[in-house]
Amino acid sequence: MAKRLDEGRAAMGTWLDQRTGYKALLHETLFENVPGGARWRYAWGSTLMFFFSVQVITGIFLWMSYSPSSQTAWESVYYIQHHMWGGWFLRGLHHFVAQAMTVLLVLHLMQVVIDGAYKAPREVNFWFGVGLLVLTLALSLTGYLLPWDQNGYWATAVTTNIVGMSPGLGPSMQEMLVGGARYGHLTLTRFFALHAGLIPGLIILLIVGHVSLFRRHGLTPKVPLKGPDQGFWPEQVLRDAVACLAVLVVVIFFVVREHGAPLGAPADPAEQFSAARPEWYFLFLFQFLKYFPGKTELIGAIVLPALCMLVLVAIPILGQWKLGHRFNLGFLGAMLVGAVLLTWQAKRDDQRDVEFQIAKIGAARDAARAVELANAGVPITGALSLLRDDPLTQGPRIFSRNCASCHRYDGHDGLGNALPKDSISASDLKGFASRVWVQGFLNADTILSSRYWGGTIHTEGEMARWLSDHIPATDEARATRANVVLALSSLAKRPSQATVDVTDRARIALGIQFMRDTKSGCASCHTFQDVGTDSPELTEWGSRQWMIEFVTDPTHPKFFGRDNDRMPSFGKDNTLSEREIAMVVDWIREEWYRPKGAIKPP
Amino acid sequence: MTELQTSPDRRNFFSKAAALVVGGLIAVVAPVAGMFTLFDPLRRKSAARNWTRVASLGSLPDSGEPRKFPVLDTLIDAWNKTENVPIGSVYVQKTGDNTVRVLNSVCPHLGCSVGFNATSQGYFCPCHKSSFAVDGRILDPKSPSPRAMDALEAEVRNGEVWVKFQNFRKGSPDKIPV
Repeated sequence: MAKRLDEGRAAMGTWLDQRTGYKALLHETLFENVPGGARWRYAWGSTLMFFFSVQVITGIFLWMSYSPSSQTAWESVYYIQHHMWGGWFLRGLHHFVAQAMTVLLVLHLMQVVIDGAYKAPREVNFWFGVGLLVLTLALSLTGYLLPWDQNGYWATAVTTNIVGMSPGLGPSMQEMLVGGARYGHLTLTRFFALHAGLIPGLIILLIVGHVSLFRRHGLTPKVPLKGPDQGFWPEQVLRDAVACLAVLVVVIFFVVREHGAPLGAPADPAEQFSAARPEWYFLFLFQFLKYFPGKTELIGAIVLPALCMLVLVAIPILGQWKLGHRFNLGFLGAMLVGAVLLTWQAKRDDQRDVEFQIAKIGAARDAARAVELANAGVPITGALSLLRDDPLTQGPRIFSRNCASCHRYDGHDGLGNALPKDSISASDLKGFASRVWVQGFLNADTILSSRYWGGTIHTEGEMARWLSDHIPATDEARATRANVVLALSSLAKRPSQATVDVTDRARIALGIQFMRDTKSGCASCHTFQDVGTDSPELTEWGSRQWMIEFVTDPTHPKFFGRDNDRMPSFGKDNTLSEREIAMVVDWIREEWYRPKGAIKPP
Repeated sequence: MTELQTSPDRRNFFSKAAALVVGGLIAVVAPVAGMFTLFDPLRRKSAARNWTRVASLGSLPDSGEPRKFPVLDTLIDAWNKTENVPIGSVYVQKTGDNTVRVLNSVCPHLGCSVGFNATSQGYFCPCHKSSFAVDGRILDPKSPSPRAMDALEAEVRNGEVWVKFQNFRKGSPDKIPV
């Protein structure tokens, strides 16, 4: 039975061979002679071939779920990363294999130059290799944009602007590449076509040329030979496979550690992004550019890199010169050492750059928030519109731009940037109208600190005077003050105090009673509900509506009127839109979307 | 084929086996990773539909002739969630003072959109010529549709027609919700 099966198989093999010649092809592929026997150092080319096919496979699968447009690119990548079964792993594999390939390319190039494998008759094959190197880097550049997150967006803006800087056709080339004057749908469709179509197609053509030329000339044996010749199969195949496995294990380690690939917040052309950096293997170019300020930039961005490429291409020709091989080794060595040094410098600069570190934290916060909001469903206007309408995201930005010149938020500008101490002139609004905040405010010792009114003209005002004249001395007076704190704070209806405002309702009622007292209570000056006459009015004090109205116009008679101390009428003067005022107010009130089951942030 | 084999047979066998094992191992990682995302839709069950208001009873003719209405509900399309958009359409006909019949407007055969023909007082599918009676029954025994038009759960509440919209698997004699 088994014999008949074997015979059948053999017959089928012959049938297929007669029609395709596959046996000869297989023989040709697998039984390449390896002079001096298999060696680990010959594995680089094969690993690159292998990982290129991994990229093709993972790329095609990603393609099945990716949607290139400015309202769907981030969203589809987010969906792959956070919702699809194993999507994070697939993305991570594609991302980290790309990085591994860059490293492998450099190793392959080093091995070729060190072994002199570029020398006659292999010059053309060397050029094929350089072409492959450039195309693979082009894959990295185009792929970096496709998730349409802040990092990819701004990094691509820089690279395409460098294209636009080149003399002559530069600007037209940039516009052609970007698909117009602005980055948008057409940028994505073009980059995607380059990334998934044109560039891989060219790479496959060059690989065919590269491998067939390699087969034509055979590999460049490392002398002295270690032993007798061996076949490519199985000894060298085994070594190649083990090398691939080793690299793959490292890649998978990173994929699991990073849980896929990074995805920043959705690209926002209107939002400053100080955390923009290229992929780590382009950092040396990024750093290099810093040494060419002003008009010399062209030299650093285009002229010198182009010259280096030219020398790289000229390596086989330079190699014919007596000292050529040494020059080539020196050149490559210098390039590598330079790149490593520049990368290290770039990293170190960033580490020392406090602003960059804060921007990075902010970027991570926005990225996480975008995912949190998107989990509740993305509108067809895209995830960016979720972030743009989110008080937690926009509040600090509006605050830092408009309020932080006088106010503080927990001592900083809202975004976490420190501010000069002497610039504080108004109260710290972290927890405004909360019990803790009001307790500090209704206290003669603290109201004059810079956390409250220390920097304002109100230090001389009646409120401060009243507080210092009425320092509670008895237990009863202290209890009343505490009740007033609870009562005043309860008027704000802060969502975080919703429960305690109910449990303490008896004390709050006592506090309200004191506030309504027109002889010795708050209403002896302030308008409160239906009693009192003077401003600022305390009815609904600190509530959402009260705050919005206050920010709109603090000079309104209901608020500070003519006693207003330098606070602009943001709404009345149209400095801020209603929506912006509402967002900064909601942020201060800590009133923003929270996913079900999530813990309240500190 | 054997002229290059200089190592002893056993070592050669080991190398071949090891090369196949390691090669096979590294070769499956990328396709398997991709397969998971490919099969992802299979594990997603469509969420149960809510009751939605489709029409007011007053807009239906007493003759029992059907009218077509869009069904507006929340549409979840992968990452997108859109409230109050058409997710399908239904034929609604009055069957009594306070009763209605609601049919999904999609043909149970292969999912084309079925039209109502006022002259023949029946439904007709333009794709493969399935025809249905006004109550949704299969009219012609040669009709390619394996089942009658899909009736939907419907109620009249305060003069409004409410329906629990649902699609069913096409081409099957049984009504299987999808």
